[in-house]
Amino acid sequence: MSRYVSYRDFDWLLLMFVLIICGLGVMEIHSATMHTKFAGAHIRQLYWIGGGIVGMFLVSLLNYQALLDKIHWIYIAAVASLMAVLIFGTKYLGARRWIKIGGNHFQPSEWVKLILILGVAKYFADSRHRELTPSDFVKAGALVGIPMLMVLAQPDLGTALTYVPIAVMGIFLGGLQWRQGLAVVLLVVLGIGVVFFTPHVHILKSYQKQRLTSFIEPEADKQGSGYQVIQSLIAVGSGGLWGGTGTQTHLSYLPVPQTDFIFAAFAEEHGFVGALGVLLLYFIVLMRLTQNAQTAPDRAGTFLVMGVVAVLSFHVLVNVGMVVGFMPVTGIPLPLMSYGGSSVLFMFLALGMVMNVRMRRFVN
Amino acid sequence: MFSRDDKVSAIRLTAVQYFILVIFMILAYGLWRLQVMQSDFYAQMAEKNRIRNVPILAPRGKILDRNGTVIVENYPSFSALLLRDSTRDLNADSDAIAQGLHLDPKEMRERIHKFISMPQYQPIFLKDDITQDELAFIESHRNELPELDTIMAHRRLYPRNGFMAHLIGYVGEVTEDMLNQPQFELYNPGDVVGVSGVEKQYNQILMGKNGSRRALVNSRGREVGRLDETAAVPGKQLRLTVDVDLQIAAEQALGDRNGAVVAMDPRNGEILAMVSRPTFNPNDFSVRISRNEWSRLVNDDDHPLLNKAIQAQLAPGSTFKIIEAVAGLQEGIAQDMKVNCSGGASFYGRYFKCWVVAEHRVHGSVDISKAIYQSCDVFFYTLGERLGIGRLAKYATAFGLGQKTGIDLPQEVSGVMPSEEWKIRNFKQKWFAGETISVSIGQGAVAVTPIQLARAIGAIASGGLAVRPHVANPTDLPPNVVPASDVPDKTNIPIDAKNWEIVTDAMAGVVNPGGTAPSAHLQGIDFAGKTGSAQTISNALKAKLGAAGKNFKDNGWFVGVEPRRNPEIVVCALLEEGEHGYLAARTVAQVIKAYVEKQNRQPTKIAKGSGQADIGAVWNMSDPDGRDDLKSGHFTLPISSNKVPLATAAPGLE
Repeated sequence: MSRYVSYRDFDWLLLMFVLIICGLGVMEIHSATMHTKFAGAHIRQLYWIGGGIVGMFLVSLLNYQALLDKIHWIYIAAVASLMAVLIFGTKYLGARRWIKIGGNHFQPSEWVKLILILGVAKYFADSRHRELTPSDFVKAGALVGIPMLMVLAQPDLGTALTYVPIAVMGIFLGGLQWRQGLAVVLLVVLGIGVVFFTPHVHILKSYQKQRLTSFIEPEADKQGSGYQVIQSLIAVGSGGLWGGTGTQTHLSYLPVPQTDFIFAAFAEEHGFVGALGVLLLYFIVLMRLTQNAQTAPDRAGTFLVMGVVAVLSFHVLVNVGMVVGFMPVTGIPLPLMSYGGSSVLFMFLALGMVMNVRMRRFVN
Repeated sequence: MFSRDDKVSAIRLTAVQYFILVIFMILAYGLWRLQVMQSDFYAQMAEKNRIRNVPILAPRGKILDRNGTVIVENYPSFSALLLRDSTRDLNADSDAIAQGLHLDPKEMRERIHKFISMPQYQPIFLKDDITQDELAFIESHRNELPELDTIMAHRRLYPRNGFMAHLIGYVGEVTEDMLNQPQFELYNPGDVVGVSGVEKQYNQILMGKNGSRRALVNSRGREVGRLDETAAVPGKQLRLTVDVDLQIAAEQALGDRNGAVVAMDPRNGEILAMVSRPTFNPNDFSVRISRNEWSRLVNDDDHPLLNKAIQAQLAPGSTFKIIEAVAGLQEGIAQDMKVNCSGGASFYGRYFKCWVVAEHRVHGSVDISKAIYQSCDVFFYTLGERLGIGRLAKYATAFGLGQKTGIDLPQEVSGVMPSEEWKIRNFKQKWFAGETISVSIGQGAVAVTPIQLARAIGAIASGGLAVRPHVANPTDLPPNVVPASDVPDKTNIPIDAKNWEIVTDAMAGVVNPGGTAPSAHLQGIDFAGKTGSAQTISNALKAKLGAAGKNFKDNGWFVGVEPRRNPEIVVCALLEEGEHGYLAARTVAQVIKAYVEKQNRQPTKIAKGSGQADIGAVWNMSDPDGRDDLKSGHFTLPISSNKVPLATAAPGLE
């Protein structure tokens, strides 16, 4: 393979849009945490972004195909790390999600996501069929499903759910047929039925069930699970067309405005115009990413980039959906805007992989 | 052959792009819906979040006696609060706080721990009704202990030692049951309302209207700004007809014995005093009452929470004979009746004893007057049999037995006056003639309350004018107050003048030598009344119970009036297990004496009597020589009932 890689092929346009979104995020974090005990979070977010950018450049230097060749080992390491969390993990807020290594906390479930994207890409890249066979289905499902169940056992429903779009995207692009698609939909409906409506089956804990359904009727539990949804709706709605004074955020009515509900905080302060603008930015980023996928040199590259697209769109859909009351509250952050190191790092590393693919598009 | 270099289907990639577009359009629609379509609604909700109505509590109206002496008022009471949304380490401060507020540190920590699951913006009440120095402690430690705060409320201050407790009643927070009733629909949870007695009856007047202050709050509930304010309307004060001096006399007269005393003016129905024993301390209810204390009060066999003056219905015993006497005289039977009392008599195959047997004597020949002042049972058995239960019930009911008096206090009971219809309606049985005999001496199914008895006897002594007792004068009340009952203010029951004289004179004989209560005699005061001693269980049952039967002591009654005809005051005393009517008589005599003595002290009494007054005067006058001369004179002036200016010029002066 000729190593004709140059930074001219780096997607500077994409990076620009990504940084605009990040910048808006930092601004909003600053505004939302100004008078609270989280003040100064926006500075820390800047450090994370800085670190992320460095990581992105580093990752883009790797040859992704070499990485893909080693993916089997990396995958095993990922599963092992999840196992380690379940066995050795420190409990915090009722869940085991972190491992303490030398005084720092690591949350494996985040970078397992990256590995899964790579793993699914590799699997379908090596696939010999144009159409999806049942065995493909099962194997791809297991590939994603096993880590997903381990994360679910922590318990971390939100993160576990983010693994699903990776599998879905892989299956769809791998040649899913109509009949198979219908079968999947049926399975999902059955699954929901089992999880929510069977009286004695406890796959999800009852508070998780309640969290997932309270968004439909938030007034039913105004002070409890419905509280966050109602406050979010109030914040967003009161923003009007051009934005309001941000009272809900500033008077602490909007819960966790710097993380899960950052979009609500932004919408309150900048109104419909501002919020739609941000959505537009995300849309542009996703379209640009898809374009990179279309120009990828091989199947693996396409799957890889589309895996990132899947995860990013899923996050945006769930987070913004939650903010406007269409989706349940699941603690899924808004990538690039929500305050939080693991989310920022994941995005930039994923972007690094995308740059990686794009920069090698003229190779071979 | 499909190799790794074959591209992913372009169609699928495009499909994904469109799918993402659709998702974003749905999200944009969601935003549109909230921020453009419903933005007003949410703007309003945002306002509601951040603006809170804080009530400004209205102080409750004071309660005064008839002369304006304050009986019940309010005092500002402070409660200590612990704010939990600050960043202070509460554990480190808890010892200091406990010491400053005189609390047990372990109990306080437990209490804090109990509330740990509640939202942080809700403060905890550490202590109610804190003292001045505890208040000072909080104020002076604002910097070191910022998590402490105070809140003020007005609390009711009632007289100590349960003075007038039953008449006044007490207040409490409105309960959920009460809020569901239609008359309480304007009240809010947390409002303090009257729960018993006058506090409850006149709650509408006493309770003010809370104002409100609109404040800007953050999600912690902390006030961060102030908007506007509506002032509170304080409650109006209420003037009762009760005379505090007489109340004190009545409370002292009854002392610690169980029972009740009620004093009323039979000319207009004004209640002058009302006591019930045992009593309770309504101040305990002012600050939250503990569950144990409440249980103790409710489960006490002597019923301290019961206002026995209006809620105890017991057999009246011989006091009933007055009503029976009026019935007998009005029906023309009793005037010429003479009965020989040999200690008892037989009726319908049973022997009924006269109480006099216990003193090892007999009454001998008895007429209506002697029968009253000696309380001869045999006479009244005979009279009762001749009247029959029908006529007895007719007169008794006319005087108000078996019905509420209409007094303006809550939960008055009506007592019982049996009759043939009554027995059929309640027991589906015929009236047995033998039962009339028990009723004729105020036993059997008859049951009265002290206020009923006072009203009835007062009516008889007033020549048949029965009044509606009340503790607050209708003229003192604002016009929109609904009257307490539809009993008419004054009712006339015809009594012939001669009969009236016979009964009232005989009643005077009761407290004179020869009567049943000579020890209650009051020198120089025209005092009259009737004793009563009512069994609480039948003789047969008492015999059956043997030694335990001795525990069921008789109740002692006395109803007295002053003066004997057209009295100014009627007092009824019930001594539970007091056994003897003459003991009750002494209690009543004490009250009457206090009344008379107070009347005598009043400077406003206008002299009645002859229409003349002697006036002496000394004055200065210059004689024609210009010298000052001292003159004196003695004049007799006619007095008319019109007000005459006393400074009349002496003859010779301009």
